[in-house]
Amino acid sequence: MLAVENIALEHAELLRFITAGSVDDGKSTLIGRLLHDSKSIFEDQLNAITHTTQRRGMEGVDLSLLTDGLQAEREQGITIDVAYRYFATPRRKFIIADTPGHEQYTRNMVTGASTANLAIILIDARKGVLTQSRRHAYLASLVGIPHLVVAVNKMDLVGHSRRTFERIRDEFMAFTSGLRFDSIRYIPMSALNGDMVVERGDMLGWYEGATLLELLETIPVGHRINLEDFRFPVQWVCRPHTEEMHDFRGYMGRVESGSIHVGDAVTVLPSGQTTRIKEVVTYEGAIERAIAPQSITLTIEDHLDISRGDMLVRTGEHVPRVARECEATLCWLSEQSLDLRRKYLVKHTTRVVKTQISRIDCRVDINTLNHESVETLKMNDIGQVVLKLHQPLLCDSYRRNRATGSFIVIDELNNNTVAAGMIRSGDELN
Amino acid sequence: MSILASDVQERTGTSPDPAAQGNPLPFRHASVKRLNHLDALESEAIHIMREVAAECANPVLLFSGGKDSIVLLRLAEKAFRPGRFPFPLMHVDTGHNFPEVIEFRDRRVRELGERLIVRSMEASIQQGRVVLRSENQSRNAFQSVTLLDAIEEFRFDACIGGARRDEEKARAKERIFSFRDEFGQWDPKNQRPELWDIYNTRVHPGENIRVFPISNWTELDVWEYIARERLEVPRIYFAHMRDVIRRGNGLLPVSHLVQPQEGERVERVMVRFRTVGDMSCTCPVESTASDIAEIIAETATTRITERGATRMDDQTSEASMELRKKEGYF
Repeated sequence: MLAVENIALEHAELLRFITAGSVDDGKSTLIGRLLHDSKSIFEDQLNAITHTTQRRGMEGVDLSLLTDGLQAEREQGITIDVAYRYFATPRRKFIIADTPGHEQYTRNMVTGASTANLAIILIDARKGVLTQSRRHAYLASLVGIPHLVVAVNKMDLVGHSRRTFERIRDEFMAFTSGLRFDSIRYIPMSALNGDMVVERGDMLGWYEGATLLELLETIPVGHRINLEDFRFPVQWVCRPHTEEMHDFRGYMGRVESGSIHVGDAVTVLPSGQTTRIKEVVTYEGAIERAIAPQSITLTIEDHLDISRGDMLVRTGEHVPRVARECEATLCWLSEQSLDLRRKYLVKHTTRVVKTQISRIDCRVDINTLNHESVETLKMNDIGQVVLKLHQPLLCDSYRRNRATGSFIVIDELNNNTVAAGMIRSGDELN
Repeated sequence: MSILASDVQERTGTSPDPAAQGNPLPFRHASVKRLNHLDALESEAIHIMREVAAECANPVLLFSGGKDSIVLLRLAEKAFRPGRFPFPLMHVDTGHNFPEVIEFRDRRVRELGERLIVRSMEASIQQGRVVLRSENQSRNAFQSVTLLDAIEEFRFDACIGGARRDEEKARAKERIFSFRDEFGQWDPKNQRPELWDIYNTRVHPGENIRVFPISNWTELDVWEYIARERLEVPRIYFAHMRDVIRRGNGLLPVSHLVQPQEGERVERVMVRFRTVGDMSCTCPVESTASDIAEIIAETATTRITERGATRMDDQTSEASMELRKKEGYF
């Protein structure tokens, strides 16, 4: 049976999502239930956790053990930031970024969320909307996740009460009205019993919406890829120097947003020179048009000096700002706090430039969303800053373009990634 | 099954090598408006390989002749042709490889016209760098020594490998660009945050990065890609008759390394390999899948994980892979 159903996989899309919630909210159980009921768990995995459940003196199968951690984590009682899990249904393939809760939450969630199209926020029906639920929603919104699913879990412990569910939904709605999501859905569920995860169950008959899996399978995959602005950061210049390809000079990279067609007029940034696209080349041969996120090779009509770090954009349309100073929201990830006296490296698309953070405008308290003035940014802080750049960056705002509005900050001394950055344009306040 | 086979046929097109024929027009990309999941995974992997080439001073691609590294080679072709690969290929030869795989490895490298470095564990053993308890013991775990020696010898700062996150829970927590200290060790608690697809490739001299371009692929993705790209794989991936011994939960292939112990009996069974590794610990599975389409059908319905079914060394403890990785294993 499965073999026939799986044929459709080729045509399925890929949905990346993140689960937000602490252990107490039943996150591990939910993921375990999703994997189990969608038949994505293998027999040897099931045997292993059945065995462990019994060894711990419990009955049945504790599905939360499926996401049990590494030896290092078990021994030291810590949880390593992000684990990636994979499952597929006949309709779609899924990548789950599973991030643990607790104190390092901001760092973990921002990391997992950076590639996600959807976030599931778990709420314990007994506890209702907590400070941390608000925090999760804010972070998901900050990183630009388009779709939010609010899973009101443990409905079995509140007598499957419709009123409880609706009260939580209304409270959450009031809070998220100020945040930016394409859609927010609310699902009552019991991950423990499997109600409304994959199967509907019998206890929540008053709920008429989709189960979690139905939603995951059908929600439009809003990659938030900007479809208008062509952005092509040059990764690698291909010059084969062979006899038959003596003059071939191909610019290799990935279409980060928009599309490009043979004959289009393009501008090279930061130099500002213009030319036309001669060929769009792939391994399979030349094509007429390429779209994001295809990795391709471009050749151009003129001999221009183009190298890694340059960006091709379509002439005459909205182009990135060539900037030596930019405003950004930083999420500080390192145990070493931001040092305003030091220089750091910024990696933005394929450019790496030196930077100094010249000003911290404010820190955002992610529990209250209040802005406060601070002297530095510590691990898990989110702040609005101004960067001075030694060479120009080609800046789009993160809101307009996730691919060309994001960057990382690297500590030159120890090579660690110390911050995640999102470029803001002047009129964006949050 | 027959439906599946025709489906594979359709989407792989009619030409095994479109570039070699008169019509270079691709059968997929030209009219595709929306990329499917394999296109998305492929583009991600190409992007990763180009980042390595551009930012690392001296990278190498690890090629074993197994299916995952076969996919890596096709991705490298897509990333760098019409140019040459900006890195050599390297195989860490345990001396316990299946002969069909070594033959395939050498042939594939010749076809590509790229450079292959082979460093063998046999040499490490002779130099006293690896000490085995017995001649026939699994050599998988000891590959790390030979690999780390080769990294030092050639001063490689990046090793591209075919590991996938769906293989094992230690891998599930590993970055795509995975930093290793000067002893080649992985520290799971101290990984660099990896956001969006902006990769931090920086290392100090002596340190290196392991790069896994197909981190986000599953076993099924790999086979679907092999079908779509019409990639050749070693024959031992297809069902064949083989002498095996039942030991533990698995079948072990009889060879000069594996002989029946007392009470064990040699059986001749129709099997295929889901992974190819050290002959002394890589178990085949019973199967009649004789072509790629049948392997895809089998992979889509299998109820046992790839490593659970095929690797005896991963079953010794819950943390086997984690411990090996910390010591520099791939």
